[in-house]
Amino acid sequence: MRASDVLLFGWRALYGYRTRTVFMLIAMSIGVAAVMMLTALGEGAQRYVRNEFASLGTNLVIILPGRSETSGVGLGTIMGVTPRDLTLADAKALTQHPAVKRVAPINVGAAEASWQNRKREVTVLGSTNEILEVRHWRMERGKFLPKGDWDRASSVCVLGAKIRDELFGAHSAIGQWVRLGENRYRVIGVMASEGRSIGVDVEEVVIIPVASAQSLFNVPSLFRVLIEARSHTSIPRVIDFAKETIKQRHQGEEDITVVTQDAVLSTFDRILGALTYSIAGIAAISLAVAGILIMNVMLIAVSQRTSEIGLLKALGASRHTILLLILIEALLLSVVGGLLGLGIGQLGSWGLRAAIPELQAYPPNWAMLASVMVAVVTGVLFSLLPASKASRLDPVMALSRH
Amino acid sequence: MIRLEAIHRDFQVGDQVVHALDDINLEISQGEYISVMGPSGSGKSTLLNLIGLLDHPTAGKYFLNDRNVTELDEEEESLTRNQQIGFVFQAFHLVPRLTAAQNIELPLILAGRNPEERAELVERALSAMHLQDRAHHRPEQLSGGQRQRVAIARATVTEPSVLLTDEPTGNLDQHSGLDVMQALEALNDRNITLIIVTHDEALGARSPRAIRMLDGRIESDSGS
Repeated sequence: MRASDVLLFGWRALYGYRTRTVFMLIAMSIGVAAVMMLTALGEGAQRYVRNEFASLGTNLVIILPGRSETSGVGLGTIMGVTPRDLTLADAKALTQHPAVKRVAPINVGAAEASWQNRKREVTVLGSTNEILEVRHWRMERGKFLPKGDWDRASSVCVLGAKIRDELFGAHSAIGQWVRLGENRYRVIGVMASEGRSIGVDVEEVVIIPVASAQSLFNVPSLFRVLIEARSHTSIPRVIDFAKETIKQRHQGEEDITVVTQDAVLSTFDRILGALTYSIAGIAAISLAVAGILIMNVMLIAVSQRTSEIGLLKALGASRHTILLLILIEALLLSVVGGLLGLGIGQLGSWGLRAAIPELQAYPPNWAMLASVMVAVVTGVLFSLLPASKASRLDPVMALSRH
Repeated sequence: MIRLEAIHRDFQVGDQVVHALDDINLEISQGEYISVMGPSGSGKSTLLNLIGLLDHPTAGKYFLNDRNVTELDEEEESLTRNQQIGFVFQAFHLVPRLTAAQNIELPLILAGRNPEERAELVERALSAMHLQDRAHHRPEQLSGGQRQRVAIARATVTEPSVLLTDEPTGNLDQHSGLDVMQALEALNDRNITLIIVTHDEALGARSPRAIRMLDGRIESDSGS
């Protein structure tokens, strides 16, 4: 039998039993589409987190006061010693290395902001001019915090776009005096609407000089110190330098935690990656279910077509030919179902992207390839039993069952 | 052309062994027209299935065109069925989802013939059975007589040397039955060996040679 005729025979059988074919195609394509859409969601989530971290800054090293790792019961614990404050002087010392491009100290607190009779609770971020570059933020209008002496507690502030809208409405904010707690600050700039970035909602923050924030909240310690390394390759040197500098300044105690974007990102990547594979695995089960459905329907089909199979044997089809014909039918079903699933999956992913644009839910190539492969392998594998059953039919018995 | 030597076919039914064919010796020449008659359970259909290589003897030898076909493997047996034997069944056995032309084409597809050759042979077979205008009709759209003529066209499209028919007019009215018998006899006129299994005495009387069977044995053979 010619290969083209085997395909033709399979096609005629599928076309001849259209209802059965449509149901099997639906089962198979839904399985493939489910794998694609769920992995698209997983990949989209990964991409979203990666982008969010990229928006934190470039080649960023974050210094936190205190050690985060478990080190057992040390002398410090017994003596009741708490970690030393991470001070502005510490932050300044961290600028003294050729691999360090910029340093931005941060202090965070909450205060009531008011202008005339309008007031609301706001997050106050104390930092320096450097943070604008370190975090890749943009100004909408006015100026950012002045460059220069970090210790100078000048009474100026920069407003997030939403704070500006809520406090000033249609009025111009630049040059106005805003009250934060008990102090007054002159508005010198408004941040551009950048939406939410990890850690800080730029639209809902008031930024003041770090020394002013320390004074406002009466805390000598910094919340974080952000260091921008000159290049990605210099990050390890910057980490070593930061640890060594702080150790020297803190009487030999390495009481800081150093976090890099890469480390956090790879943790998220690992979690989301595992989640994607788990989701894909769950979706693959639906493919296996589709395969079992194909097996059951093929078993019924073989049983319904017993007489036809007997006839084919009488006309000269060998056991091998019958096996091939049934398997090709299953293969065609799986391939067409898989391709249909690809289409549905792409359409579904497009729908997901339209509904949640920030997620960018594109199905990964490996998922597209794997889902179709699994569909084909499952379809053919589960059809081996019915095909083998058909090929072993006794033609005399088969022909008598008309 | 067909030679059966001491053929036995036993079936195990529960604890009992049923001798469906018991020491059958038979010779049929090329182009003969034979009817096989006998009551139900006499072994005539079993004999037809054995000659058609759909079944295997428990003992004995079967020579088709001087070749011992009892020793063929499954692939060779299938090839022999496809090229040398044609079947016409009482129940027509047409594939319902295929048209008349596609049903006739089946043995040619199994034989691996190319599409152009197939189209020509199907056209010729349809024409021989006066079915040209029914080529694209499905079996459900055909009368009983037309269905059987499609089945005959399918059985003969590969130009076999033997045509085996099992009650070919059993499901037909008298007029259609006569029509089908004339078509079969016309094929026999072209030197195709025609073997008809039937209960119908009138049908059996049409053949020059009649074999009567009883309890798995040949009771009489008008040709011997």
